Formats: sequence, C-alpha cells, structure tokens
Amino acid sequence: MKTPISTAALKPSAPDLNPPRKYKQYAGWLVLIAVLIACSVRTEVTPYQLIRGLPQMGILLQEMFPPDWSYLPTIWAPMLETVQIAILGTTLGGLLAIPVALLCAYNLGLSRFVSFPARMVLNLVRTVPDLLFAAIFVAVFGIGPFAGMLALVFFSFGIIAKLTFEAIEAIDPGPLEAMTAVGANRMQIIMFGVVPQALPYFMSYLLYTFEVNVRAAAVLGLVGAGGIGLLLDRSLGLFRYDRAAVIILLTLVIVLVIDYGSTIIRRKLL
Amino acid sequence: MKNATSAITGKTSGSVFRSRIRFALIGLLVIIVYYWSVQGMQFEGIQGTAGTVSKSILQGFLHPDWSFVYIAEGEDLLRGLLDTLVISILGTVVAAVVCIPFAFWASTNMSRQLAVSGSGKIVLSIIRVFPEIIVAILFIKAVGPGSFAGVLALGIHSVGMLGKLYSETIEAIDRGPQEALIASGANRLQVLRYAVLPQVIPQFLSYSLYRFEINIRSATTLGLVGAGGIGTPLIFALQVRNWNRVGIILLGIIVLIILTDLISGWVRRRII
Repeated sequence: MKTPISTAALKPSAPDLNPPRKYKQYAGWLVLIAVLIACSVRTEVTPYQLIRGLPQMGILLQEMFPPDWSYLPTIWAPMLETVQIAILGTTLGGLLAIPVALLCAYNLGLSRFVSFPARMVLNLVRTVPDLLFAAIFVAVFGIGPFAGMLALVFFSFGIIAKLTFEAIEAIDPGPLEAMTAVGANRMQIIMFGVVPQALPYFMSYLLYTFEVNVRAAAVLGLVGAGGIGLLLDRSLGLFRYDRAAVIILLTLVIVLVIDYGSTIIRRKLL
Repeated sequence: MKNATSAITGKTSGSVFRSRIRFALIGLLVIIVYYWSVQGMQFEGIQGTAGTVSKSILQGFLHPDWSFVYIAEGEDLLRGLLDTLVISILGTVVAAVVCIPFAFWASTNMSRQLAVSGSGKIVLSIIRVFPEIIVAILFIKAVGPGSFAGVLALGIHSVGMLGKLYSETIEAIDRGPQEALIASGANRLQVLRYAVLPQVIPQFLSYSLYRFEINIRSATTLGLVGAGGIGTPLIFALQVRNWNRVGIILLGIIVLIILTDLISGWVRRRII
C-alpha cells in the first residue's frame, strides 16, 4: 500500500493507471476465498483433515510393499484385454467421428442448420462420463469387454470429432477455393482439398485419444466392462494391497510405454 | 523429409522403393495389431434381454424421475450436484497450490542443473499417468469413503497436468524484468515476487480453470467408487436399474457441466 503513494510523490506527472483494476483483483480473490470457505464447510474438508489424512496414506503404501509379483501371470491377460478394448474403441470412435466432424465444420459450405445441431449433439455426448456409458452398455450387452469397447467408442467419438472439426476449420482455404473454381464437386473437394490437410491432425488426435482411452479402459472394469479394473476392484475388496500394487505398477508401465510410443509417432506426424 | 532430400541428390528410385517397403511394413504392423485386438474381443452375441433392457433404458431417459430433483430430507439431485461442484472446486484449488513448487522444480530456467528439472518432469509425468479413479480408490481405502477422498484424488491427480502446464508457463516467461531486478540488486525472493509471479499468475489461473472443467467431469464419476458427489446416487440407481432416476441424474450432470463450462470460459476470457 505504501508504494503507490511514494511513486506518486516522486513523479506527480505520471498518472497511476492501476487502481481500478487492482480493486477488481482483490474482489476476485475475496470471492474465491469465500467460495472456498463455503465449500470446505459443505464437505467438512479442512486443511487440518488434509494434514491428518496424509499419514494414513503412508500406512496404505506400506501395506502395498513388497508387491506380490507371483500375481503377475494372472493379470497379464486382462491387461492385454484392456489395451485391446482401447485400440478397438478408439478406432471405431475415430471412424464414426469423421463424417460428423465434416458436418460440424463451418468452412465446408454446409448450412449452419446442419452444423449447429451436429455440434450440440457432440457437446451432449462429451458431457456423459465414460463410466456411465460403460454401465449402460453393461446393462444392455452383459458383463464383458464388448460393453467397455462400446463405451470407449462413444467417449472417443466425442473427443476426436470435436478436435478434428476444429482442425478442419483451421485448414488453408486456398486449395478449396482453387478446386471450387475449376468445378470440383463437394466430395472431390473433401477428398483432395480437406483430407490431405486434416489427416495428420486426425491421426494425431486418434493417438492422443488412444492414450486417454488406455487409462479409461483400466478403470472400466469397476462397472463390469472388462479389462484390468475388475481384478483391481477384487484385490482391493479382499484387502490384498500387495496384489493391487502389482496391478497399479503394471498399468503404470503399460500406460507409460504407450504414451511414449504415441508421442514419438505424433511428433513425426505433425 | 528423407524422401525429399534423397530426391534432390538423385537417388529417386531407391528412395521410392524404400518408402514403399516402409509403408508396407507399417501397414502390416497395423493389420497385425487390429487382428490381435479383434481376437481378444470375445463377443457372445447380443443377449435375449438386450431389446427389453434398451427399451426400458430409453423409457427411463425419456421420462426422468423429476421427484428426485429436490427431496426435503436426505440425498437428492441438487445436493449431489452441489457436492460434485464443491469437490471439483476444492480439488482444483488443492492442485493449483500443491503444484506450484513442483512447477518451479520442473522448469528448466529456474535451476542451473538439468538433472533437477529433469527429475521434476519425471515425477510430474508419473503423477499424471495414474487414472484418477485409481487414485480415488486408494484414498478411499486410506481415509474412508466420502467427499474428502474425492477432493484428495482430484487434487493429487491434477498436480500432474497442472504442474506440467505451469512449468511450461514459467519456462516461457520474458527474462528481461528478472535480469533488471538482479542488476539492481534484488534477492531471489524479490525476483520471484516482482518479476516471475506477475508474468505467470494470469496463465496459472487460466490453466486452473481449464483443469476445473476437466475435474468436474471426473467428479461426476468419482462417486461410482464411493468418493462422494452425484456418482453415489447414480451407482445406486444403476444397480437397481432405476433408469428414470439415471435419466434425471444424467440430465443434471449435463446441465451442471454446460453451466460450469460457460462460467469458466467467461472468467478465463476476462483473465487473459
């Protein structure tokens, strides 16, 4: 509070531009603190509890070590199933996303009456949590990886379609105009003007969604949709934390390997 | 790139052949991966009950259970949604604060040795790798079921992503003010306060809000494993196949997410 007065005294000619904005900032921080206090009262989550909870976490970690490595052969098959669910879910979701992304893009000459509803549907699909999709498909198709795959199809469809239509809208309009000028029809414009420009982005988003989906597939089993999640749930339910530790470590390794590989491919694509 | 350079140097036929071989190998690899994946997907055929179940799901979604929106005593939709919102706000704030030291640890321009920032980056990516549901399950085992486990799960999980984004922000700051302050004899703390923080705070806030949008989506499902919020009534409704109730909860989630996205987007535009 001292500084503005002293600078004003030193340089009376320089107008102080900041004060109104500063008050707004203080007000913003105050609102944030008030919201935080309200939240903390509502859930009875306090910093004190936060500090008290951490040692309990340490006890849990202690029980996890040493991990029960003899469990590894048992979880290998479900782990691979998790990856398979992610691969198929991402691919089918990506294929579904292509036509919808083309519908959503404003720069392909489609009427807004088509694009706008398509975008609304996409927004709706993206608000549904993946686990809820999985629970619904488990109810329809029974317990197993097929329900999980379908859940990921819808989940990845939402992500890929949104990212892809944004990439399509950012493409260079030059080739499209040139093709329109020489009389190409809409299919030709899409095939030879849009696809070559948008394909690297699409592939990159596909890989990115695959990374997300491997993580998602690892927990789908909690609602019965196949993969490693079911075994994790079971070992935790039986208080076999040493087994849970093996599952978590294996998931970690698989996810890291896939992330690493996918990042390299994505860097080559773009 | 390789093809272009070899085309210039004149080895066209060889490079075309090589690129074709590479293309074929990649194609073969992709086919093998897909064949393997389809093999693993044992599809038992659509169950006999699938038709009636889908019909009742559709019925439930078309006729949501409006009476669940507000119940004077006990668990209803509005309280569940409020809990979800509160969990994601607290989780985001915990992460936004906890990740600051991690971010400074992981940014290359804040330490002289590369090993320091490198190890920070590795720690952040390990945190980032864990799915938040797994983190939530672990915290439920540690501190018992409830909102607290949800807040901790979101808080710890978000540190991974926020720390990475924060550290990238720190790495991108303008060095000018920092050097000017050092030249005029400021100590490290003063440099941090007057040169670094003013440059990074708006970006930090914007990233935190972005993470908040992600967290509110995660918070809706945290309750499925017992970490509080709207997911708790949702899993009960799913277990007893009460699709009308699932329908109203889904509707509530959609409205909540759209509203928070709008508000958070508005605030983010004002900050930057």
